[in-house]
Amino acid sequence: MTLSILCMGLGQLYNRQKAKGILYLAIWAGLIYLTATYVVKSLRGLITLGETPTGMVKVGRLYQMVEGDHSIYLMIEGLIGLFVLLLFIGIYIMNVRDAYTNGLRMERGEPTVGIIGGLKSVENQSFPYFVLLLPAISISFLTVMPIVFNILLAFTNYAEPVLPPANLVDWVGFRNFSNLVTLSSWSKTFFGVLGWTVIWAILATITTYFGGMLVAVLIEQPAIRFKKFWRTVLIIPFAIPNLVSLLVMRNLFNGLGPVNLFLRNSLGLEGVPWLTDPAWAKITVILVNMWIGIPVSMILISGILTTIPRDLYEAAEVDGASPAQKFRHITLPMVLFSTAPILIMQFAGNINNFNVIYLLTNGDPVNPQYQYAGHTDLLVTWLYKLTLNHQQYNLSAVIGIIIFVIIASLSIYNFRRTRSFKEEDMII
Amino acid sequence: MKPRVVISYLILIILAAVSIYPALWIVMSSFKVGNSLYSESLIPNEVTLEHYRDLFLKTDYPLWFMNTLKIAILSSLFGTILVLLTSYAISRFRFTGRKVALSTLLVLQMFPGFMAMIAIYILLLQFNLLNNHWALILVYSSGAILGNVFIAKGYFDTIPRSLEEAARIDGASHWMVFTRIMVPLARPMLTYVSLMIFTGAFVDFIFAELILRTEEQRTLAVGLWRMVSQRQSTEFTLFAAGAVLIAVPITILFMFLQRYLVQGLTAGASKG
Repeated sequence: MTLSILCMGLGQLYNRQKAKGILYLAIWAGLIYLTATYVVKSLRGLITLGETPTGMVKVGRLYQMVEGDHSIYLMIEGLIGLFVLLLFIGIYIMNVRDAYTNGLRMERGEPTVGIIGGLKSVENQSFPYFVLLLPAISISFLTVMPIVFNILLAFTNYAEPVLPPANLVDWVGFRNFSNLVTLSSWSKTFFGVLGWTVIWAILATITTYFGGMLVAVLIEQPAIRFKKFWRTVLIIPFAIPNLVSLLVMRNLFNGLGPVNLFLRNSLGLEGVPWLTDPAWAKITVILVNMWIGIPVSMILISGILTTIPRDLYEAAEVDGASPAQKFRHITLPMVLFSTAPILIMQFAGNINNFNVIYLLTNGDPVNPQYQYAGHTDLLVTWLYKLTLNHQQYNLSAVIGIIIFVIIASLSIYNFRRTRSFKEEDMII
Repeated sequence: MKPRVVISYLILIILAAVSIYPALWIVMSSFKVGNSLYSESLIPNEVTLEHYRDLFLKTDYPLWFMNTLKIAILSSLFGTILVLLTSYAISRFRFTGRKVALSTLLVLQMFPGFMAMIAIYILLLQFNLLNNHWALILVYSSGAILGNVFIAKGYFDTIPRSLEEAARIDGASHWMVFTRIMVPLARPMLTYVSLMIFTGAFVDFIFAELILRTEEQRTLAVGLWRMVSQRQSTEFTLFAAGAVLIAVPITILFMFLQRYLVQGLTAGASKG
C-alpha cells in the first residue's frame, strides 16, 4: 500500500497483479506528463491571468502587432487544468484503495480482484455511476464550470474598458464587493434596486397568495354552482405562455391602449401612465403579476381546501360561528400550515422573477440617478443588462453571488423548517 | 338566493372577465383590419385573415418557427434522457456519493438559473461561437436535469422494488431491468417531463436573446419580443397574429397538463 502511495501501480505489482499494475503505471505516467506540461502551465495562467499584454513591439525598425496573453482563455484553461487535477487525485485515491484492499485479501490468502473481475463488478456495483456518467459530464461542463467561472469573474476587473484581448485582466480580490456598497454611484443603484427587489418579492408573493386563497374560498362555497366551469375559466391566465401574455399586457397598458381607452370613454376618467410613470409602473407590474400568479395559488389552495375535514366546520356551526370566524379560525390556519414551504419558495422565485419585469417594462422607466438601471429593475434584470448591454461582467457576477446567498439561505431555512414540521406531525 | 351568494357570483363573473379579456382582445386584434393598436370595440367590424398571411409571406416567421421547433424537439429529447438517467440512478441505487450528488443538485438549483447562462454567453462570445442553435439545445437539456430531477425521482420512488428484484432473480442485468421494466413504467412521467422541457424551450426568451444574433437564427420568442419592442405602433396586428399562433398550442397543452403541474409544484416544494 505504501508503495502505491509513492507511485501508482507499484502496489498492484507487489500484490502480483501484473496487468492491473501496468495499467495503473501507464495512467500514472500519462498523468504526470499531462501535469508537467499542461496542468502546471494552465494553473499558472489561472493565477497570473496573463503576463504579456497585446501591443506594439519594436522589431528591428518596425513596430509590429504582437498578440499577448488572453486572460479569459487562460482562465478557462486554468479551470480545465483544475478539473484534470481533481480527476488525477480521484484516480490516485482509487489506486491506493485498490492496492490496500487487495493487499489485505492476499494476506488472508483470498484471490485478488483483477481487471476482468473489476469490470464485472461494474455491472453490479458501478451501474449507477455508469448511468450517471452522461448527466454528470453535462452538468459539470454546462452548469458547474460556468458557475465557477462566473464566481471567479467577481474577483477580477473584467469589465468595460478592461476587455481582452486588448487588455489583461487582473485579480482584484474583494474590491468589486466593496465598490458596490461604498462607491456612491454604484451603491445608490445597488441599494435602490435591492430595496425594490425585496418590496416586489413581498408584495408579489402576498398578493398572489391571498388573492388565490380568496378566489379558491369563493369557488368552494357550497352555494356556488358550476365549480368546474369557474375553475377552468380562471385557470386560463396560467395556461397562456408567460411570454405571450406579458407582451400582450405591455400593449394593453400602453398609453393609447385599451385600458386607458376604457377609462377615458366609459368612465370619463383621465388616462393613467401605466408603464411610463415610476410609481404607476410599479403598481402595474404587481397587478399583472397578480393576473399571472393568482391561478397557480388558486389551484393549489383549492386542493388543500378539499382535504379540510367537514366536521370541523360543522362543529363550528353548532357553536354558532359566523362565516368570517370559520375562515379566520379554520380555513386560514389549515391552508397556511400546509402551504408555508410553497409560500417561501414562491418568495424566492419572485426575487428571481425575470420575465414579468423584463418583458413588461424592461426595467423602465429609466432612473437617471441609477447606473444602467430603471425604476422597476430587479437585481436579476439589472444583472442581465449589465452583462448584455454594458459589459460590466465583474459586477454582474457579484450581484449573481448576492442573489445566490439570498436564495440559498431562504431554501435552507425552508428545508429545515419543513423537516421539523414533518417530524412534529402536526397535520390531523 | 342570499345576498352573500349573489355577491360571490358577481365577483366570480368580474374575475372571469378579467382573466379572459387579454386573450380575447389579442385574438380579436389579430383578425382586425388595419395595423394599429387602437380599436373602437372589442369585436372588429370587419374580419380578415390578412395578418396571418402576411406573417408567413412577409416576415421570417416560418423560419423562426422551424428554428424553434428544431431547438425544442432536440432539447426535449436530450433533456428527457438526461433526467431519466439521473433520477433513475438517484432513486433506485444506494451508492457511495449519492448524498453528495443529491445535495449538489439541491445547491445548484439555488443559483440564479442564468448565472450559468451568462457565463456561457461570455465564453461563447470569447470563442466566437455565438449565434449557434446547439448552444441553446445543450444548455436547455442540461438545465432540464436541475428543473425536473426531483419530480422524476419522486415518480421512480413510487414504483415497487419487488418488480426489479424479481427480474434480477430471473437473471436480468441492470441494463435490461432499466430498459425493459423501468422505462416503460415511467412513460407517463417521461411524457410530462418531455412536454415541460419542450414548452420551456419553445417560449424561452432569456438565453435565446443572449445567444442568437441574426434574423435567420432567431426563435419565435425573440422574434416576437423584437416585434413588440421595436415596431409596436406600426405592426401591432401582425404581432397579435404571431402571438395567437404561439399561444394556442401551448395553452391547450397546459390545460391538459394542469393536474400534473400542481403535483409537480407540491412535490418540488416538499423536497426543499
